[in-house]
Amino acid sequence: MPVLIPRSVDELVEVFQEHPAAKLLAGGTDYMVEVNLHGRKPEIMISLRQVKELSEWSMRASQSRITIGAGVPYADMEHGEIARLVPALAQAARTVGSPQIRAAGTLGGNLGTCSPAGDSLPVLAALDATIHVIGPEGTRDIEFADFMVGVKRNSLQPSEFVHSVSLPIIAGWQGYAKVGTRNAMVISTASACLVRDSDEGIVTIALGSVGPTIIRAHSAEAWLMKSASLRAGATLDPSVAEEFGRQVALESRPIDDHRSTAEYRRHAVGVLAQRLLTRSFS
Amino acid sequence: MSSTVAATGTRHGTLGTSASRPDGVAKVQGGFAFSSDMWADNMLWGATLRSPHPYARIISIDVSGAYAIDGVTTVITASDVPGKLTYGLIVQDQPVFAAIGDTVRYSGEPIAAVAADHPETCQRALAAIKVTYEVLTPVTNPEDCISGIAEQIHPDGNIFRHQRIISGDTSIVGAIQVEGTYEIGMQDQAFLGLESALAVPDSGGVGLEMYVATQWLHEDRKQIADCLNIPEENIRLVLGGVGGAFGAREDISLQVHTALLAMKSGRPVRISYGREESFYGHVHRHPAKIWMKHHADTNGKIVKIEARMVFDGGAYCSTSPAVLVNGITHTQGPYKCDNAIVDGWAIRTNNPPCGAMRGFGVVQACFAHESQMEKLAAAVGISPVDIRLLNAMETGDRMITGQIMDSVAPVAQCIRETDAIPMPPPMSSTADLRTIPGGTGLTAQPSNIKRGVGWGVSIKNLMYSEGFDDYSTARCRISDGVVSIKFATSEVGQGFTMLAQQIARTVLGVDDVFLDTIDTQVGSAGSTSASRQTWMSGGAVQAACRAALEQLFDHIATKNSMNRSELEIDRTDIVDRLTGQRVAVLAAIQGVDIDCTEEYHHPATEDMDENGQGNCHVAYAFVAHRAVVDVDPELGLVKVVQIATAQDVGRVLNPLSAMGQVEGGIAQGLGLAVMEEIIVKDGKVSNPSFTDYLLPTFLDAPVVEMVFIEEHEPKSPLGAKGIGEPPCISVTPAIANAIRQAIGKELPRVPIRPYDICL
Repeated sequence: MPVLIPRSVDELVEVFQEHPAAKLLAGGTDYMVEVNLHGRKPEIMISLRQVKELSEWSMRASQSRITIGAGVPYADMEHGEIARLVPALAQAARTVGSPQIRAAGTLGGNLGTCSPAGDSLPVLAALDATIHVIGPEGTRDIEFADFMVGVKRNSLQPSEFVHSVSLPIIAGWQGYAKVGTRNAMVISTASACLVRDSDEGIVTIALGSVGPTIIRAHSAEAWLMKSASLRAGATLDPSVAEEFGRQVALESRPIDDHRSTAEYRRHAVGVLAQRLLTRSFS
Repeated sequence: MSSTVAATGTRHGTLGTSASRPDGVAKVQGGFAFSSDMWADNMLWGATLRSPHPYARIISIDVSGAYAIDGVTTVITASDVPGKLTYGLIVQDQPVFAAIGDTVRYSGEPIAAVAADHPETCQRALAAIKVTYEVLTPVTNPEDCISGIAEQIHPDGNIFRHQRIISGDTSIVGAIQVEGTYEIGMQDQAFLGLESALAVPDSGGVGLEMYVATQWLHEDRKQIADCLNIPEENIRLVLGGVGGAFGAREDISLQVHTALLAMKSGRPVRISYGREESFYGHVHRHPAKIWMKHHADTNGKIVKIEARMVFDGGAYCSTSPAVLVNGITHTQGPYKCDNAIVDGWAIRTNNPPCGAMRGFGVVQACFAHESQMEKLAAAVGISPVDIRLLNAMETGDRMITGQIMDSVAPVAQCIRETDAIPMPPPMSSTADLRTIPGGTGLTAQPSNIKRGVGWGVSIKNLMYSEGFDDYSTARCRISDGVVSIKFATSEVGQGFTMLAQQIARTVLGVDDVFLDTIDTQVGSAGSTSASRQTWMSGGAVQAACRAALEQLFDHIATKNSMNRSELEIDRTDIVDRLTGQRVAVLAAIQGVDIDCTEEYHHPATEDMDENGQGNCHVAYAFVAHRAVVDVDPELGLVKVVQIATAQDVGRVLNPLSAMGQVEGGIAQGLGLAVMEEIIVKDGKVSNPSFTDYLLPTFLDAPVVEMVFIEEHEPKSPLGAKGIGEPPCISVTPAIANAIRQAIGKELPRVPIRPYDICL
């Protein structure tokens, strides 16, 4: 099986256009499990390791945005400058697998697999991330809401790949919480990311593992905006947090499986919403 | 010479010191050869075709597609088995391969095996074998087998064993009664070193040498020889490096398949399971349903216990009858009880086969009786500690089987010493969120958390039971100034190789002890199971070393004109007590040639009668656990904060190893309490991977505060009791009781799932 090793984004565009059936491999933390355990047999692979540009991140202070390359590993988001600028992403990154997995796994991998249990995805959804993709037709930006279209399905076209993710730097509070049956190294049974932009007075919340895609609880967000002041210095009535949790739970669309029950997932995501909102005011 | 062991003090490397393991450095540095690392020139790889159905009749098997693939040399099915078509530890009811016309009885049952030039070729060959099935409706509910409404799924019937215990006056009724129905899920041993074996046939085609990770070489050899229809002496079994066992390597898994492929192909063959196949390839802990009713007087003294236990043994017998007897004979726990009615069933279903796992039936019984003790304490209105102290068993007590407790039985001391261990500090309001329930998921604040405390105390039988003579053999040789020890004892990670060296150093007064290969070129050691090897193989090694020492004393007394009857070992010297004359052992053993093989047998036991009466167990060990647990009641997440434990060990032979057994057992018991379960639906396993079969991580492991109670066991050759199983037994109900105490729910089932707590 050939493995192609492009050394620049231009080379990557070229080889991927030439071999649209090729599988892209960065950390391999999802795909190699498919190969080793589930008998997937790739015909041709493209290694992304040598495309240095994908492993870079940058901050444009003028636009208050951070751009994170698809190949940046979770280990680099857990601490340091990215963690300071996007703390919810750091919290989500810390819950991904083991240290070995976090040293290899990437944001691009989470977006490529597009599992509803992808740990970083609720953060991207809550922050209205823009996914910067490159393909034979050039580059285009996709809003996260339009990127993930189903269970393990995204809107990438043939020979398109994720180059980077752009996120706003928010003034206010953001946090991520994930429920699993173990205290570390566990697939989420329910997760949520809440962002409170205290300048704009807006709260967004995105839910993981409780539906076919990451779910933004738009109705609950809208209800909250009407029901409470969300700007800096405001205080929160506990009953509002409780009702917010209830409404968020209603917007989830969980299923029963061997990891948990739909009933528990709906309940848990409501509790997470209530607690994250409360935390954002403390 | 009986004072030989006791007299030596604490010279490093001898008994009582934290001697290091001979395999330790290699394991830490990655240089240790596990059985899955083995390799032979010209070796083929083997793989197994398994049934996807829990219950189906095999209409046809067509292997021609496999042979058509380049690199495939050998394909075997039931018709290629030259000897006995079945194997099994107690009853040989498990087919080597399911045959055409017969049924497969569990999802994962072997149907064929292939040998090829590469593991990938094997996978293609398996995919090319065509099996047609008539799919049948699986029998999955043990109660349907007891009531008789289920279809009989095996010629031997659906009941492995039905045994009752009737003890004392069963008409007695207690002023206080508590009852409950408890359920224990199917736990997996989840050792890290996956099943693997390498079989090397001899050039004449009459026998073979096999390297295998197993718990009992001689038992494996017997079953392999029967299936291959060759004499046992034509097979040499060598222990491959074993990465944990916990009961899962008692039964045959890939041994017969590997041997058959090697014999048929005439080439070395290795089979190594992956993690998913491992879940199908070995037996698990029995899931069980247990009803118990305790009768007590108004003070809380137990006057009668009624119980009914149903163990789901899955498709084949394995050790189910023995697991059942362990369960029912431990109904009373470590408490006095004169009167009892116990009804026990071990049942065949189309669920995955179950057999030995650390605790062996006692884990299930203990979860029930310790849940009951907490209920009884509440009903009487006294503390969990007091109810247990009030009923604590003592040496000399008559048990519900009629057997007199003749082991050291420091039950009250275990409880008191555990109780005396300081409680952990309360949770800080500024605690690192990763250390509270939810862990790295950051789901809770300290204000969301409730703390609970729970107790569990247990009794565990040691060695095999019901008349079984599970003896052990060891050989001590002194030749050319070198002391070497040989035994067939499986070193599965418990540290017996280290202990054997400690014994030899202590008895013989030498520092260097050479360990011979662990294989079948010496008599059986019995299984590394039932907390028995320190007692049994330790006893055999000590006996062999002592026999060698007697001969050395004969030799040195003559040679150096010393008083033969006055010789003893003092550190590394032989000393004449009368004259004070000394000879260094190292000098004394030069030029001598001594070779002693000894067997150690435990006192005989007997079968139980139809009322469950009989001296069926050899000896017992006790332990107490107190769990402090933080619970998030709204999300149902748990963090075990601290386990305090005092364990009856007889004597600590290696402090570091003893600590390792206790910490490891507690982690395994914690797993059963809150996360470890093979989920079976309609006979099929839904989580055969470490993604979904969750084991505790470092962040789930509690602080363990331990005390060892060292009252030497007079019956034990080293004064020590087995310590492997007790740590994992009562910790599970201790954690369950702590969660119950924190949130005030009954929680009759383990593992306790988040939704059991919060919904």
